[in-house]
Amino acid sequence: MISKSEKLLTITIGIDLGTQTIKVVILKDNLVLTREKAVSGFETSKVAKQVIDEALKKTKLSINDISHITATGAGVQMAPNPNSTISMMSADAKAGFYLFPKARTIIDVGAEEARAIKCDDNGIMVDFVVNERCAAGAGAFIEAMARAIEVKMEEMGPLSLKAERASSINATCVIFGESDVVSLIHKQESKPEIARAVFDAMADRISSMVHRLGVNPEVVLVGGVAKDVGFIASLKRKLGVDISIPDYPEYAGALGAALIAAKRAKRNK
Amino acid sequence: MSETKNKDSTEFWRWQEYQRVIKEKTWKDKDIITAGVDVGSVGSKATILINGEIYSWGIMRTGSNSPESAIKVLDFAMKGTDLCLDDLKYVVGTGYGRVNVPMANKAITEIACHAKGANYIWGSKVRTVLDVGGQDIKAIHCDETGRVTSFLMNDKCAAGTGRGMEIFADLLQIPIEKIGEVSLNVDKEPPPVSCTCVAFAKTEAVGLLRKGWSKEMVLAAYTRAMAIRMSNLVNRVGLEKEFVITGGQSKNAGIVKRIENVLNVETLPSPNWETGGLDPMIAGAIGAALFAKALYLKNQKN
Repeated sequence: MISKSEKLLTITIGIDLGTQTIKVVILKDNLVLTREKAVSGFETSKVAKQVIDEALKKTKLSINDISHITATGAGVQMAPNPNSTISMMSADAKAGFYLFPKARTIIDVGAEEARAIKCDDNGIMVDFVVNERCAAGAGAFIEAMARAIEVKMEEMGPLSLKAERASSINATCVIFGESDVVSLIHKQESKPEIARAVFDAMADRISSMVHRLGVNPEVVLVGGVAKDVGFIASLKRKLGVDISIPDYPEYAGALGAALIAAKRAKRNK
Repeated sequence: MSETKNKDSTEFWRWQEYQRVIKEKTWKDKDIITAGVDVGSVGSKATILINGEIYSWGIMRTGSNSPESAIKVLDFAMKGTDLCLDDLKYVVGTGYGRVNVPMANKAITEIACHAKGANYIWGSKVRTVLDVGGQDIKAIHCDETGRVTSFLMNDKCAAGTGRGMEIFADLLQIPIEKIGEVSLNVDKEPPPVSCTCVAFAKTEAVGLLRKGWSKEMVLAAYTRAMAIRMSNLVNRVGLEKEFVITGGQSKNAGIVKRIENVLNVETLPSPNWETGGLDPMIAGAIGAALFAKALYLKNQKN
């Protein structure tokens, strides 16, 4: 139960309606109380509501305890009654800066989209580059290639680290990449080498996005793909700098939205 | 996308493989018999010419191994002709897998071959050729001899190519040959889908179906988006009459109609193989076989 004194604190919700998963973060005075996620599916609004309910249940809170809900993500218009919304870029910038105060470049690689954001010394977004409507620069690329070489998506990363050399595939299109993978299979290339080629190709694409902004350390990587050890290794190689990755990188968008919700709640008081 | 499927279930995406021999034609040893083998990303085509005139052809699905597909489709084209590999004076390979055609004397790009083949099928008046294959879209300009004067192709993205149609055939359970007609069966043309990325085609379509769209509407919206992409390429290379469409998608009435609509132009009527005509899908293989004849004659002179 929440005591009366606690009720004066600002409790906010950030919800990120991604193309594949919906993520919710509940924040109490800028500290994360809980995280919750579920597959978006086709009834996005319904799932979004369920994820919020589940997160509230976990923290033993009710919706009345929440002072502000901010929504973000590709499906933002399907968020159930948010108090406000925020762009995915701003949410990423906010979360990146909160997690790593020295962050100047934030890269978010999700299931179907990728973004690179440039921040100033105050964590304010000054520029960004987005890859959308193309599967090649996002998690969907890894998924399609995993299917082509018949391994599970989560096995791709560890597999790629066993590669002894680098081979290359087309990274501009999933469909072309798939043909290249089939060619590599016929050249008897082993699965670790192919897996590494997949991550190298993807990292190539993402790093060229980042280069358009300039590689300003500290570089932070978030989004679901930031959990993939294979992609992290390839991106480090391509960018030539160290990359900071938070725990729970897939919740960055929701965290950013919750932080913005807190700011807006205080302003409204 | 390669997904494991139940063997018993109908494979709606599977288009018909077939072979045709022009029965009236015969060949003698002194004839110049040449072949063109076009190994595409999805379909493999082989054509045999006698003295530069079409004798037989075969069309089949490209397997995962290009050299094997090339051998198989050439064998298929020669079926029932008494011809054997040794009778072929010169073979040209073309298409996506052209460097992997083992029996080819030479490889030539599919751009050159499609222009040449279109010139053979429709005659010297053809100036713009749009070839839409499994993974490629090419807009080609040519002169009255079928020589390429300029071209553009989708080298970075497979959006709008035939591959998406196979996915829809399977998802909507409509035989691929019927897809075009079905897409035209709408009262009002819906707005085109915003994304034609083949990797997202399935999720996008399922989303629309859940919204209550009919199969016809979903197909119309996707086909229209594809047609717009193709038309943009034609506009960029410059549309010049006469205009023809080759490749597998030339058989998709929904695509052809919409391209004509977007570009405000009529295509030259396509021959129909089912009623004894040629097939716009073998334009590349015909072109390759024509180049083979020219190259053979050139070699004889030297």
